[in-house]
Amino acid sequence: MLAWTIYISFLGALALLLLPKASTTAARVLALLAAVAGFGIALNAFLTHRTGELITVARHPWIPALGIEYHLAADGISLCLILLTGIVAITGILFSWNIERRTKEFFAFYLLLIGSVYGVFLSYDLFLLFVFYEIVIIPKYFLIAIWGSTRREYGAMKLALYSFIGSAMVLIGLIAAYVVAGAKSMSLDALAGYPFPLHFQMFAFPLVFVGFAILAGLWPFHTWAPTGHVAAPTAASMLLAGVVMKLGAYGCLRVAMTLFPLGLSPWGFHVLGFGSWRDVFALLAIIGIVYGAMVALVQKDFKFVIGYSSVSHMGFILLGLMTLNQIGISGAVVQMFSHGILAGLLFAVVGRMVYDRTHTRELAALGPMNLNKAIPFAAVTFVLAGMASMGLPGFSGFVAELMILIGAWHAFPILAICTGLGIVVGVVYVWRAMQKAFFAEHAVASSHSPLPPISIPERLGAVILLATSIAIGLYPQMLLKIITPALNSPLFEGIRKGGWN
Amino acid sequence: MIPLSYTHLLQLAMPEVIIVVTALIVLSVDLLFLRNQRTHLRFAVVASLASLGCVGGIFRILQAPEQTNALNGMFLANPLTHLLQIALLSLTIITVLLSVDSTFTEHVGEFVFLILLATTGMLFLVATQDLLIIFISLELLSLSLYVLTAFNKRDSRSSEAALKYFLFGSMSAAFLLYGFSLLYGLSNSTNLIQIASAIHGQSTSPLLAIAIITTVIGFGFKVAAVPFHFWAPDVYESANIPAVGFIASASKVASFFIFFQVMVVGFAGVEGSAVWRHLVHGWVPILAAIAALSMLLGNFVAITQSSVRRLLAYSAIAHAGYMLLALVAHTQQSLAALIYYILTYALATLGAFAVIGVVEKQTGNDHLSSFSGLSRRAPLLSACLFAFILSLAGIPPLAGFFGKFYLFLSALNATPGSNGLLWLVILAIAMSAVSLYYYLQLLKRAFVADPLADANDIHVPALTQAVVVLLAAATLLLGCAPNLLLRWILEAIAASSR
Repeated sequence: MLAWTIYISFLGALALLLLPKASTTAARVLALLAAVAGFGIALNAFLTHRTGELITVARHPWIPALGIEYHLAADGISLCLILLTGIVAITGILFSWNIERRTKEFFAFYLLLIGSVYGVFLSYDLFLLFVFYEIVIIPKYFLIAIWGSTRREYGAMKLALYSFIGSAMVLIGLIAAYVVAGAKSMSLDALAGYPFPLHFQMFAFPLVFVGFAILAGLWPFHTWAPTGHVAAPTAASMLLAGVVMKLGAYGCLRVAMTLFPLGLSPWGFHVLGFGSWRDVFALLAIIGIVYGAMVALVQKDFKFVIGYSSVSHMGFILLGLMTLNQIGISGAVVQMFSHGILAGLLFAVVGRMVYDRTHTRELAALGPMNLNKAIPFAAVTFVLAGMASMGLPGFSGFVAELMILIGAWHAFPILAICTGLGIVVGVVYVWRAMQKAFFAEHAVASSHSPLPPISIPERLGAVILLATSIAIGLYPQMLLKIITPALNSPLFEGIRKGGWN
Repeated sequence: MIPLSYTHLLQLAMPEVIIVVTALIVLSVDLLFLRNQRTHLRFAVVASLASLGCVGGIFRILQAPEQTNALNGMFLANPLTHLLQIALLSLTIITVLLSVDSTFTEHVGEFVFLILLATTGMLFLVATQDLLIIFISLELLSLSLYVLTAFNKRDSRSSEAALKYFLFGSMSAAFLLYGFSLLYGLSNSTNLIQIASAIHGQSTSPLLAIAIITTVIGFGFKVAAVPFHFWAPDVYESANIPAVGFIASASKVASFFIFFQVMVVGFAGVEGSAVWRHLVHGWVPILAAIAALSMLLGNFVAITQSSVRRLLAYSAIAHAGYMLLALVAHTQQSLAALIYYILTYALATLGAFAVIGVVEKQTGNDHLSSFSGLSRRAPLLSACLFAFILSLAGIPPLAGFFGKFYLFLSALNATPGSNGLLWLVILAIAMSAVSLYYYLQLLKRAFVADPLADANDIHVPALTQAVVVLLAAATLLLGCAPNLLLRWILEAIAASSR
C-alpha cells in the first residue's frame, strides 16, 4: 500500500500532462488530490505501524543478473520522513495556488519531485534508492529555472550541478562497495552486513557521506542552498528546504553510516587535532550552524535570511548524526521532521504571503509597508514560525535541538558549547528579520494600494504546518516511539559497535 | 580447411544476401517507376521496400542455425552475432524511416541503396573473426558512409565534411591494413584466435607493438576517440540528418563491437594492465589513455559549443571514451555492458538527431537559440528530446543511466579486490557530472526560454513523430526494465562463448 505514495504521484504527474492546455483549476485540484492521497497513505502507515520495525512494502527481482531488486521497505525513520513529505507536499500545493503560468507543467514537475522523494525514503535496495535520488535533480532544476525569480537560471544550474556532483560521489562509493562485497546484491542489509575492510571504509565513508551531505547543506558545500532557495518559487523552496535537503541527511544516516560504520572510528593518529572523520564532520556541522546563523544576521533580502537559517538548522542534523549516541541520532531525525515543517512555513510566509504581494524581499523596503497591519495573518504566522525556529519550548524545534545538544554534550563537550552560540544568534536573526519586515516603526501610512488579503489555501497551509509543529513539540513521543526501535534494529548495529553510548 | 559449397555459403549469408537484393530492388524500382514522382512519395515507397527487406533479414536471422563457424572463422554465426545483426537491422529501419521526410536530395533510390550497402558491410563485420573480412566489410561500410555524408550536393559544407571524412578515413584504413599485415606476418594467419595463440607472450616484440598501435589508430578513427576524432564534429555538423544518425548509431555499434573483438580476441595475452601505479605495457594502457583523453576533451569542448549538432558530436566523443572503459576492462561482463550501452546510446542519439532534423527544417539552423521555447512550439517532440538528452546524460530512469552504471560496474569488477580501474571510473563519473551542464543548456533552451517573437508552432511530420515517440518509449522502457535487453545479451554471450 505504501508504495502507492510513489505511484500516485507519478500517475498524477502523467495525468497533468495529458490535461487540456487551458484547465488551470483542474490542474491544481488534480495535483492537490494526488498529494492528499499520498499523504493519506503515509498517515495511515504512520498510524498503523507503531512498532517502528522494518516492514517490507514491495519486493520483486528487477535485474537478477546483478542481484538488484525492486525492494521497498519502511522503518520508523522512513515513516516519519514519508509523513513529512506528505504534509509538505500538500501545503506546497496550497501555497502555489496562484501559479498561473504553465500551471500544469509546474504541478507535473512538482509531483514528479514528490514521487521520487517518497521513493528515496522507501527504497531498501541501494540501486533503487540511487535511481530515485537522481530523478529528484531534474524536476528541481526546471521548477527553479522556469518559475523562479532572482537569478533563477544561475541558481537552478548551481543546484543541479552540486546535486549531481554529490550523487556522482555517492555512485562511486556504491559501485565500489558493491564490487568489494562480491557483486551479489545491492540490498541495504546485505551491504551493511558485509564486513568491508577498514582501509576501504576509511575512504568510502567520507566519499559517500560528503556526497549525500552536499545536499544536506554541509558547510562548506552549502552555497547552492541559499542561492537555490532564493531563486526558487515558493513551493519549490518549501520542497527544497523541507524534504530535498532531508534526502541528503537521510542518505548520510541510512547509507553512509550504516554501510561504512568503521569509517567513523579513530584514525589512530591526529591531524590538526582531528582524530577521525567523525571529528571532522562534527566540526563542519558546527561551523555550519554558527556560520549560517551569522550570515543570516546580516542579510538584506528576507528570503536569504531563511535560506541561511536552513543551513544553520541542517547543521544540527549533521551534528546529531555525528554524536553516534541514541539521543543525538534520534534528535537528528526529529530535527529532520521539525525543520521540514518549519522551513516550509517560513518560506511560505516570505515567498508567498509577502513577496507575491509586495514584489520585494528587501527588508528595508518591507518596513515602510506596515505589513503587520496590512497582512496581520502573515505577521502572526511568521512570529509563531520564528519562535518555533528559535527553539522555543512547545514547538518541535525545541525538542529536536535539545536532544541533539544533549547528545553532543556527551560526545563533544567543547563543541557543544560553541553550538550554544549558534542558538543565540539564531534568536537574534529571527528577531531582526521579524522586526524589520513586520514591525518597523514608520509613522507614514503607506501610499501603496492595499495588498490582496491572505487567501484560504494559504491560511489552511499555514495552519496545517503550525499545528504539526506544535503537536510534535508537545508530544514528541509520537515520532520517538517509532524512531527508537528503528535505531535499535540490526541495520544500525555497526554504528552501535562503532560508539553507541 | 573443410570445403564449402557455394549454396551452403549463400545459405549462411542469407541475411546479407537479402539486404543486397533489397538494395538492388530499391535502386531499380526508383529508377524505373518512380523517376517522375514527388520526392516524398519516392522516399515513402523506397523506405517501405527497404524496411521490408530489413524485416525479412531479421526473420531469416531468427531462423538461422544457432552456431556456425565456416571457413576457419571467416564466417560466424552465434547468438551474439545474431543479436547484433538484429540490432543493426532495426537501427537501419529506423534510419530509413526517419529519412522519409527529407528534402535534401532527388537521388532517393541511391541514398537508400547506400544505406543498405553500409548495413550489409556491418552485418558481415560483426559476424567474422577474420582480418580480411573485417577489413573488406569495414571498407564497404566506410565508403558508403563517405558518399552518404556528401549526399547533400547543394551544401558545400557537406562536401567539405565528406572530403575530410574520406581523407582521414582512408588514412586510418591504411594504418589498419598495415597493422593487419604485420599481424599476418607475425602469426601466419588471418584468424583472430590463431593470431592470439601465435603472438602470445611476445609483448616486447617491436613489430607487435607497431601492429597494436596501428590497429588502435585504425579503429580509434572509426569510433571517433581522441586524438582521432577530428572528422566527427564536421561530419556531424554538415551532413544530412539521416546520414549523421546512421553514422552516430548503427556504424558506432558495429565498429565498437568489432574493435572489442579484435583487441580482446586477437590480442589476447598482450593486454598489459592499466591498474593505477601498476601499468604494464600492452594495449590496455594505450586504450585507457585514449579513453581518458576522449572523456576529458569531449566533455569540456562540448561545453563551449553553440551548434547542437557539434555539441552532440563532442558528446559522442565523450561517450566513446566511456565505452572504451569496456575494452580496458576486457571481461565478458564488460562486453555485455558495452553492448547494452552502445545500443541504448544509439537509440537516444538517433532520436536526438531526428528532433534536430525537424527543428532545423523549420528554423533553418541548429543553433542553440533555434530550440528556444521548443516545449511550447512542439510539446510532444520536446518531451521526447527531454528523454533522449537525459538518457545521454545518464539520468535515471532512462536507459543511459543503467548503461553507465553497468559499464562502470563492469570496469571495477574486472579487477576485483584491487579496485585497479577505480581511477578511470572516477574520471568517467566526474566527467558525466560535467556533461550534465551542457545537456541542461540544451534542455534549458527548449523548456525554460521563451519562444522567439516570430516563432509559430512547429509542424512535425507524422511518421517522424511516431518514430521519435517510439524511440523515446524504448529509452524509457529499457531504463525502467533493463532486464529485457540485458538478459538477452547475457544469454547470447554465454551461449557464444561456449
